[in-house]
Amino acid sequence: MDVLNHLVVGFSVAFSLENLLYCFLGVLLGTLVGVLPGVGPLVTIAMLFPITFHLPAVPALIMLAGIYYGAQYGGSTTSILVNLPGETASAVTCIDGYQMARQGRAGPALATAALASFFAGCIGTLLIVLFGPPLGEWALKFGAAEYFSLMLMGLVAAAVMAQGDPVKGLAMVVLGLLIGVAGTDVNSGTSRFTFGIPALSDGVGFTVVAVGLFAVAEIVANLESRTAHEVFTGKVRNLMPTLRDLGDSAWPAVRGTAVGAIFGVLPGTGAALSTFATYMIEKKIARDPARFGRGAIEGVAAPEAANNAAAQTAFIPMLTLGIPASATMAIMLSAMTLHGIEPGPHVMTSNPDLFWGMIASMWIGNLLLVVLNLPLVGMWVRLLRVPYRWLFPSIIMFSCIGNYGVNNNPIDIYLVALVGVVGYVLAKLECEPAPLILGYVLGPLMEEYLRRALLISRGDPTVFFTRPISLAFMTGTFFVLFIMIRPALRARMQ
Amino acid sequence: MESHARLDLSNNRDFIAGLLFALIGVAAVVIARDYPFGTAMWMGPGYFPTVLGGVLTLFGIHLIVRGLRSAEPVRGAWGWRPLGLITLSIVLFAAAVERLGFVPALVAMLMVSALAGRDFRLKEALVLTVVMSAVAVLIFPYALKLPYALFPGVLWTY
Repeated sequence: MDVLNHLVVGFSVAFSLENLLYCFLGVLLGTLVGVLPGVGPLVTIAMLFPITFHLPAVPALIMLAGIYYGAQYGGSTTSILVNLPGETASAVTCIDGYQMARQGRAGPALATAALASFFAGCIGTLLIVLFGPPLGEWALKFGAAEYFSLMLMGLVAAAVMAQGDPVKGLAMVVLGLLIGVAGTDVNSGTSRFTFGIPALSDGVGFTVVAVGLFAVAEIVANLESRTAHEVFTGKVRNLMPTLRDLGDSAWPAVRGTAVGAIFGVLPGTGAALSTFATYMIEKKIARDPARFGRGAIEGVAAPEAANNAAAQTAFIPMLTLGIPASATMAIMLSAMTLHGIEPGPHVMTSNPDLFWGMIASMWIGNLLLVVLNLPLVGMWVRLLRVPYRWLFPSIIMFSCIGNYGVNNNPIDIYLVALVGVVGYVLAKLECEPAPLILGYVLGPLMEEYLRRALLISRGDPTVFFTRPISLAFMTGTFFVLFIMIRPALRARMQ
Repeated sequence: MESHARLDLSNNRDFIAGLLFALIGVAAVVIARDYPFGTAMWMGPGYFPTVLGGVLTLFGIHLIVRGLRSAEPVRGAWGWRPLGLITLSIVLFAAAVERLGFVPALVAMLMVSALAGRDFRLKEALVLTVVMSAVAVLIFPYALKLPYALFPGVLWTY
């Protein structure tokens, strides 16, 4: 009963008054900011991340995880009440959720979303408990070559499967890797790409990149577009779904959870793709597919479950292998690194408090979301009416102060402005920012593993193909690349 | 087709993206020449950046070529005005926070960034500036006890 022992450790950490408080605070702040229209989970985390910076590792990560699901949950509230998805992951919920709200069923839609998310969150957390340790144990066999191949596969898959153009995705990964290796080289002490600025010898700060790409660039993009969004203005009455609603949404929630749990582990695809997939499944197997798009409750339950299950299982590769599957996980990974914890299979044995405490607090966080948010719906509805012209200066303000607070050096704020400009221009050219941040986070690690692998093999690059596990990852990488270039090849043949 | 594509280079999204990537890639390779390259067995600090710069340049060239062939335009107008004002507001905060103090930096930042909005209303922007500056002062120097001078030489004392 190893699992039970671990869970006891975890819950004893998570139930300490301090950690409960930070979990609560994280969930509350995350929802509060995430519910604001036009503010997606990534912006929320990027902006609130510096606040957790001054805390010790365990409460900081617990709070950050709380912010993450809070923001995700807030995003789905927005997509039901406003015809505006904060991010792609809740775009699908928008279709039927907003229709339900227009039909006066906003309450049941919100409650269904919350309950489906909670169910998926519980299953997702259970999956981490069950699959985390064996995966971590397997990963203990990895040497430098295996890690390098695994990271390469993760980055290539993330770039190719991200929305938009795969070549641009790959270029963004490489650009991210380059930004990641800027600063003092740990082996030789050489300052790289610092342009003579002493503050850059520690590299470009993580918060700088995250805030510049996901807060500044995104605000400019929002200000440039002129589309007005319809906001649900009625009162949310009668939260309780009917028994029929519950019956209708039970199986879709289960199926959504299954789909989301699988997609969550895959790099790059994550939450967004799983919501689309599960919506299509529900529509296909429904007795009356015409109801979809007109306020079908299954269209809310299934994607919300998928979304949340994916959000949970995305932690599995991050916590056990140290490989982030999404931009949010990249932020969590950097937070761990900043607190002196090297993510990977060793975390489970070297920091069991942190590992199991975080998992237990995920479950508590999911519970808090349901208990807290349903009664607070009235408040969230009022927040939705805050006009964007009040929001964006405030977001910029928190981003500036947060980044200044990390090193108390104004150079970091100038860099935020620079990253923001570059990020906006790249986004306009349809280069997705998520692959860049994954590359940025993995840059230094990849260089180190490459160096070690080549040192051990005496400079022989075939080492990546002669070790079986590494070979499997390399095969995966080439497979993904093959899928990418296949349409082009076919076009050329004809 | 070819001449049409050339006319629109300034609005050709693949071409511009490719050019950007290629320029950054070449710059990275050139800068990394100052760092010892080493050998495959003993990778120097210049090894990885040079490889990355080279790969980035290749992706850039691929995108340039594709842009010249397909000439996909940039979708929607460029938001130069919000971009300029938002950037300016951040730069103002950075420049002012240590020279003029926390509060003047906040005021400049909030007012200038508010100008970037589609419908700027002076009264609202003033109220927002006052309220948000107060919130920031209460959270950061007061509650989190961060040692920022509110005005030159004026620290939060309590």
